[in-house]
Amino acid sequence: MTKIYTRMGDGHAVEMTVDEIRADILAGTEDAADRGKIPALSQGEQDYLLDLFTFEGKIVGVVPGDEVVLTDDGSVNALYGAQSSSGVGVPISRESAIRVYERAFAMDTMEVGHPDYSFKPVKPIIALELQAMESVLHTTIIPMYYGAMPNLALYARPDGPFGNPADLLPMGKIDEARSAQEEAAEACTRDMVYIGKRMAEVGADGFNFDTTASAGDAEFLATLNAVEELARTTDLSIEVGMAAEFVLGMHGKVTYDGERLAGLYPHQQVKLVEKAGAHIFGPVVNTNTRRSTAWNVSRAVTFVKACSEAATIPVHANVGIGVGGVPMCETPPTSMVTRASVAMVKIGRVDGL
Amino acid sequence: MGSGDPYGMPISHALASGMGGIRTAGDLVARMQLHRKMRLPEAKAYVAEKLHVGTRELSDEVTMRELREELDIGVLTSVPGAARGLEAKARIADLLGVTIPSVERLKRKMGGLG
Repeated sequence: MTKIYTRMGDGHAVEMTVDEIRADILAGTEDAADRGKIPALSQGEQDYLLDLFTFEGKIVGVVPGDEVVLTDDGSVNALYGAQSSSGVGVPISRESAIRVYERAFAMDTMEVGHPDYSFKPVKPIIALELQAMESVLHTTIIPMYYGAMPNLALYARPDGPFGNPADLLPMGKIDEARSAQEEAAEACTRDMVYIGKRMAEVGADGFNFDTTASAGDAEFLATLNAVEELARTTDLSIEVGMAAEFVLGMHGKVTYDGERLAGLYPHQQVKLVEKAGAHIFGPVVNTNTRRSTAWNVSRAVTFVKACSEAATIPVHANVGIGVGGVPMCETPPTSMVTRASVAMVKIGRVDGL
Repeated sequence: MGSGDPYGMPISHALASGMGGIRTAGDLVARMQLHRKMRLPEAKAYVAEKLHVGTRELSDEVTMRELREELDIGVLTSVPGAARGLEAKARIADLLGVTIPSVERLKRKMGGLG
């Protein structure tokens, strides 16, 4: 029986039969449908994925004319940065790296981002970041974002001034953990609004909240409040990219516009992001390293398709390491990255990646 | 997109499904999403109408290479005399009828000159 050379969710090679891949595609979409209470992929969509994953060629691509817009999360850091940013350590400046992405890598948009890539450490060095943005805006043509992560965990002890819910919750101090998160969220919102307004003053095109809600529902609230303020007071185009498919209920009770944030999936998250005034939403679906890439891509596009159908703003799915069906490994195989890319466009109906 | 090494992530996605940036009309379609919240079909249709081309041609490297030079809105290769950086963005803002913040800042800085 013919075996297909494909990949697991951790990136390692595996040989599977066509029937095994077909079964994984079905299981992946059914898992998403069950968890998200959304429709599973149709038989035709599953057949399309089967063709994609049984095609023997190394890389695949969309039909000419079906291309989508690319936005990014700290990609520039991957050129000059270190391993923590998937960096390849090329000894060039951040400004030069952005020019390379624009002129050599054909990116549709680009982003200035601090190597640490969290908003909190940007505040004390805002002048340096503004200087980089101003310099880049003079010399580039493509739309330019400033991007970073809300990263609420940095506001908790020992890194920040507020109580740490990871310490308080195991001690049964539920009310204290909630209060600490609420106070941290307010500080986080203030920092993000400050940085956003400064970036707007120097002429940045956009502001990207990346890995939103990594610390749970209070961080999502902090971000939505910052989006609302920046959308109301600046001309920034705002993108909100998520950290995970499911908003963790570290607080459990916080709401935005009457909606409880804990437990929301992408098709529900996007409606709140729209209400806050954002321009682009980046859904995330996590990769399961113990399942095949076919299973993961099928599952991811099921969630993203529901999100795209619910959205009124452009949807740019996250398809980086460990999300969107892409394997969780340091050098993601191009065979699987391109398959996830095409599946997101063709079935996920995304406006961008 | 997401995190990953340049070859494995942005380059792979650009080849598989990316619009092509200033190699084509990727930056122009992106601007309509960013500035007007347009979904992809609407953004492509808007730009195609402004450029008097079909939507498929927006990602055609040959068509757009020639058209970008003709419109002087910035080209990928380094052509002496072609609009660069802010110069190109000022022309794009005019062509697409959108407000580009860095171009608006340039206008403010030039206030009273000339």
